[in-house]
Amino acid sequence: MKKRLLVILSLFIAAGMAFSSTGFAAKKIIKIATQSPLSGDQSVIGVDIKRGAEMAMEQLGAPLTKMGFKLELAPFDDMANPDTGVANAKRIVSDPAILAVVGHYNSGVQIPSSEVYHTSGLANVSPANTNPKVTTRGYLEVNRIVGRDDVQGVVGAEFAANHKVKSVFIVHDKTAYGQGIAEFFKKKAKELGMKIVGFEGTEEKANFDPLLSPIMAGNPDLVYFGGMYPQAAVLFKQARERGYMGMFLSDDGFDSSDAIKIGGKNLQEGTGTFYSTVSGPASAYPGTAQFIKTFKKKYSADPQPFAAQSFDSMGICLKAIAAAVKANHGKLPTRQAVANAVRATKNYHGITGDITFNHIGDPTVAKYFVMQVASADPAKWSSNPVVKTLDIAPPK
Amino acid sequence: MKRFLKPINVRELLRPLGQMIYFSLGSTVVLSTIVLVLALILDKTVVGAALYERMNVSLFTYTLTNLPQVTLDGLTIGFVYAAIALGYTMVYGVLEFINFAHSEIFATGAFVGVEILIALEKYGVLSHASLAMAYVYLILAIIAGMIAAGGLAVAVERVAYRPLRNASRLVPLISAIGVSFFLQDTIRLTESLTTGQFNRIIPSFGNFDHWVIFSRMTLGTAHLTIGMSVKSIIVIVSAVLMLIGLNYMVNATKVGKAIRAVAQDHPTASLMGIDVNRVISLTFLVGGMLGGAAGVLYALKFTRIDPFVGFFPGLKAFTAAVLGGIGNMTGALLGGIVLGMLETYAGAFMGVFTMGAAGTEYKDIFAFGILILVLIFRPQGLMGTNVAQKA
Repeated sequence: MKKRLLVILSLFIAAGMAFSSTGFAAKKIIKIATQSPLSGDQSVIGVDIKRGAEMAMEQLGAPLTKMGFKLELAPFDDMANPDTGVANAKRIVSDPAILAVVGHYNSGVQIPSSEVYHTSGLANVSPANTNPKVTTRGYLEVNRIVGRDDVQGVVGAEFAANHKVKSVFIVHDKTAYGQGIAEFFKKKAKELGMKIVGFEGTEEKANFDPLLSPIMAGNPDLVYFGGMYPQAAVLFKQARERGYMGMFLSDDGFDSSDAIKIGGKNLQEGTGTFYSTVSGPASAYPGTAQFIKTFKKKYSADPQPFAAQSFDSMGICLKAIAAAVKANHGKLPTRQAVANAVRATKNYHGITGDITFNHIGDPTVAKYFVMQVASADPAKWSSNPVVKTLDIAPPK
Repeated sequence: MKRFLKPINVRELLRPLGQMIYFSLGSTVVLSTIVLVLALILDKTVVGAALYERMNVSLFTYTLTNLPQVTLDGLTIGFVYAAIALGYTMVYGVLEFINFAHSEIFATGAFVGVEILIALEKYGVLSHASLAMAYVYLILAIIAGMIAAGGLAVAVERVAYRPLRNASRLVPLISAIGVSFFLQDTIRLTESLTTGQFNRIIPSFGNFDHWVIFSRMTLGTAHLTIGMSVKSIIVIVSAVLMLIGLNYMVNATKVGKAIRAVAQDHPTASLMGIDVNRVISLTFLVGGMLGGAAGVLYALKFTRIDPFVGFFPGLKAFTAAVLGGIGNMTGALLGGIVLGMLETYAGAFMGVFTMGAAGTEYKDIFAFGILILVLIFRPQGLMGTNVAQKA
């Protein structure tokens, strides 16, 4: 009796194995995940990060499909929320078909989520995260193709000093990203001899009246905001309404056409509004002309900032996976091999420039821009002029 | 016909106005005294020296010159809180439960008003509107917001609260929290299906952004203006009108008498021939309309709204209602004004008083700390026992 049961059982197991192995051979799916806010107040940018990756997969996926793999995009919505990002990350690493993640718009989400990628050895290429901690933790899996906040804050402070700014009131949004930039800005501004009239963090999104009292009383030449446009634009608008005529300066979190919808013509009054960014306009990258044309045709909208970076991030992932597949004699590579291949990226000829990763995953040279808000028309946001361009290597 | 020609009860029109002036002046005097005394004490210490080094003025002068503007800002937000708080307090008055969905009813009002204005702008009506027409459109948006929010409040009551009226008191509370999340995500879903936008931005039209300057002062190197934007004045005036109207309705009309009767005792009121369900619906309608109007005014004042816009003002207004004594209309008014003033004062002065160690970001800790203190020493709220009637 026992013996018969054993025979039947082993038959079942054998059959099961046969089915699963044939099923496996037929599929050979490689998935690449994206994580970005697809809903919520930052979804304008997050959706285009997904679209950039989607386009890259369609255009640059040929080498892998020729090797007999089926490519799939697995978009995840991190809602710009660290908890959601980490929960998604756990789902991502538990799917063995996913070999890389393009993602995160918010450093505050990327940092905890990448802890999960790190423990599972899953490669992550970030198109937008600028907080130094993203790479300084020294994880093999984590890379980015944009610049860093410690440099962005410095770029902002130097720009301000060049425009004869003597005193500054610094506001930040209390996130890893905003506060990080603001701290670096403050440090450099002090070195350059500027007077720091105030340094405040706030989560307020509507009523900035209490904060504006010390700003107006301090009468700074510049109000610097480290954080995102839904706060910055409202603050700037309310400050102008009160009659503040000095300069506004923010970071790449301000880079969205919604900023001008909120701020309106107020932003151009006085000494004007500027923002530093790691993601310049189309014209700053010669390679993006074709990308923008295709993007417009496909999605009937202008690409938001970081869409092109996302395109390149996906490109790097695809190339690295293809290399890892080759090294593994045409078989599905391990995540470890993919992560090593991503880190080994040298002179990747992307649409935003040639990208080489250094030993911690920062690009060896990154571009930084200072832009000026030039028009009250949201449709013309992407033609804001570049006031200053800098090529800076990450700090040692 | 005669009952429509009843003489207007002037006393009931003037009483709330008097109360508002009294509360505003009272909280201004109390808070400014506290702040000025603090400034005098700290002036001689390292705090005053730090400010002098930064701005070349003494702490006392700094505080004094900033006071008028801070007070005006505090009043503006205070009246917004008061208008929302009335919705909480009226429902609590008749049903003794907290309608946590009120913050989403507020948000719905804001969205309806803003969407109408955005549509008007799209058809090019707004940009060519004369000043008078701009006000007409604004009033139109406010009324639309009121109708939508009032209707929604009645529907929510009918669907989510009435079937639970005789359940234990926790049950409708949980239902209210559920409705709140449901409405939030319904707004989000509707917006993403129709416009694909998360942030909705009120178009700028009319002269609402214009800043009316009352006086100018010099503080060190800074030139301070004291004034209010036209939209702040609109916010205060509309809130005052609504509060007077509500007070008149509750205290001087037959309907109001019915509401007060239901607030005191459902069975007895029903024995007196009052349709309790209708009165409760009416209470939700009125509370919802006030919330909806407050939503449009909030959007006008602060420009940007999103589906979660109701959460913080709702929480603050609820706090204001508790601070003033929940269930008490005058209390909601007082609570709103006090909370708005407190948080604005704290936000404006904490930074200098603590040398930047605890700045504007901690203004809510301050406001809620006061709430805890009030609840410890006067659990019924500031006005809890002064007025016998609830509504």
